[in-house]
Amino acid sequence: MSRAKSAGDYVKSLKAEKRKESWTRYRESLRYSLHVITHPFDGFWDLIHEHKGTLAAAHTFLFLFLAVRVMKLILTSFQFINAPIQYINILEQAASLALPFLVLCIANWAMTTLFEGKGRFKDIYMAMCYALVPYILIQFPMVIISNWLTFEEGSIFTVMLSVSVIWCAFLVFIGLMEVHDYGPGKTMIFLIVTIVGAMVIIFLVLTFFSLLSDAIGYFVSLYREIIYRLY
Amino acid sequence: MKKAISFLLILMMLLSLSTAMADDSYSMKQDGFSTSYAYCYDYWGDVQESPNPYRVSEVIDSISLGLDKLEGKRMNKPQSLFVHGNDLYIADTFNNRILQVHYDGKEYSLTRVISQINGAEPATFNNPYDIAVDDDENIYVADYMNYRVVMMDKDLNFIKQFVKPEDSTYDQSLDFLPKKIAVDVAGRLYVLGANINKGFIKYEADTTFTGYIGANAVSFNMAQYIWRRYFMTQEQRAASQSFAPTEYENLYMDEEGFIYATNTIFSEYDLKTDKANPIRRLNSLGNDILIKNDRYPPIGDIYWLAEGTQYYGPTRFTDITVLKNDIYVALDRTRGRLFGYDGQGILLWAFGTRGNVEGAFTSAISLEHMGYDLFVLDQVENSITVFTPTEYGQMIYDANETYMNGEYDRSAEIWQDVMRMNSNYPLAFRGIGRAILRQDDYEGAMKYFEMAHDRQNYGRAFKLYRKEWVEKNILWIILVLAALLIIPLVIGRMKRAKWEVIMHEQSKIRR
Repeated sequence: MSRAKSAGDYVKSLKAEKRKESWTRYRESLRYSLHVITHPFDGFWDLIHEHKGTLAAAHTFLFLFLAVRVMKLILTSFQFINAPIQYINILEQAASLALPFLVLCIANWAMTTLFEGKGRFKDIYMAMCYALVPYILIQFPMVIISNWLTFEEGSIFTVMLSVSVIWCAFLVFIGLMEVHDYGPGKTMIFLIVTIVGAMVIIFLVLTFFSLLSDAIGYFVSLYREIIYRLY
Repeated sequence: MKKAISFLLILMMLLSLSTAMADDSYSMKQDGFSTSYAYCYDYWGDVQESPNPYRVSEVIDSISLGLDKLEGKRMNKPQSLFVHGNDLYIADTFNNRILQVHYDGKEYSLTRVISQINGAEPATFNNPYDIAVDDDENIYVADYMNYRVVMMDKDLNFIKQFVKPEDSTYDQSLDFLPKKIAVDVAGRLYVLGANINKGFIKYEADTTFTGYIGANAVSFNMAQYIWRRYFMTQEQRAASQSFAPTEYENLYMDEEGFIYATNTIFSEYDLKTDKANPIRRLNSLGNDILIKNDRYPPIGDIYWLAEGTQYYGPTRFTDITVLKNDIYVALDRTRGRLFGYDGQGILLWAFGTRGNVEGAFTSAISLEHMGYDLFVLDQVENSITVFTPTEYGQMIYDANETYMNGEYDRSAEIWQDVMRMNSNYPLAFRGIGRAILRQDDYEGAMKYFEMAHDRQNYGRAFKLYRKEWVEKNILWIILVLAALLIIPLVIGRMKRAKWEVIMHEQSKIRR
């Protein structure tokens, strides 16, 4: 009896330890993003190959990115942004960024696996999410600060925003390079190929949707016709 | 994995079902603002209905002028109006005469029918398209089919005429067809000639031709140029349209001697990207100096329906007139609308429609003003509709006027009244904001500027407000900053002290 109890306790304590360990790992991986954005070459390599990053952290960054984006539309001073608040749908705004992001990840994975890319889908997704960190770190404070700026001082705001975007683009480039173990030229080509691939994916999905809706529409109208005849 | 795919498929099916089931009888209203008579655009470009700024006070036609009794000849496709003092001149083009109508404060009565010039050769008009009167009451008539602009004194004695310029810059194979004219204070004459695309033809007072003014800039891009230069044959190049500037539609000389010109030939793309400049204010060098301080340039309606509906396409201004304080009103022939703008290029109001009822036009062609009253000439109905400002319209003018005169408090009061009548009017918010900013109420001004979406002025008010706030709270700011500096320092010290104690204890144990 007591032995069983102690065994149960042992398992429980093991679980707690594991939970604690994964929590520390998650925290470490969050903090590691600061290393990644300042030392992208080593950072991205270790992120994937030394397992310094976690998927949970990647999800967090993607979520924060979307949150900052929505917050930017709502909280920025009206002097610097044209956001018709009465028309903004938060979910729509978030989805309009998250879906292209995922489609691009998928397209990149689909293209690079065919051409000796080392990265798995998980790696690509993780690298892309970590590359969004400067956007979060710069834009969120700028959104708050914008409320203390006048129209003439708006250049600070725009400059900082463009810095964050350029930094992100640079990180995406390096990240993909490290993940796939490509050279810069090949990465560049595959960036373009990725965009084309994303377009193809969108085209296929849209075609599928419209065909499906046509097919269903046929049965719906058939049903309506029959009901109409019967009564 | 299989589960996920099937879930996705079901989700897609459901989504498609919902689109397929959607009722397809949903349709847009044919015209977004057909139900409202007067409107204005807000910051987002949405139509905001507004009270009527004008109402019809009278319709002048052949019968009310007594033309049917006089000669039995009613007006026949009149083309232009001109107002001088209390006299309204009508170019009754296809009857080859000019009608002079006097307004005595109550009613409009025909005072003179001008169809003969004493001492001119020929002495009669042939399709007079436009008319202008200078300060000495000399009358200028654009005598279209006689290829001249004829000038006579107020007793109709011939003085001089302006004919085709004998100059190498004028293509001598073209007839001189004066369509619209304007005269400045010095007696210089500006002529809009049919089939002339170099701008307005300019004459000195002594009838000498001195060149063109305000030619439309020819615009083409690099791709077009390369395509024409290297990929087209000689014949193709000749057959295709050359990079030619376009003709103007109308002109108006304001009190300060600037020419307001309207232009109706442009591509919709240029109009939307503010390259077409359908309304221009030309200085003596022919440069466009119109002020455009609004989010939307003065192009009339900022969105429109494409082909396939009854009245489609962008606004095309067929005439323009300039009131006091640089407020200008332009007449749209596409939908028979009038657009009023202030000196900053901000839309004051828009109203009017096409149709046969009072206040609507079948084919509006000319616009003039007497004080704040507007006259609109309809060339098919052969009638002139007189619009008088309502209380609301008059208040807008008064608010502008008082602001221009520096009576900011009075202006704010009037804008408050305007706001009470129309709470969707950005200009009222801006007007109140500007006035109370001058009374040093920064926070209040910020509130109004934010409602009006006026960024420059908001920035100005906010700067002052921020300065005041910092000065008031300087003590707290310093305290907070100091705290932010000191607290981490103290914490660091404490941590280090603790660490040293632990190290000391450990070293004791080891020993």
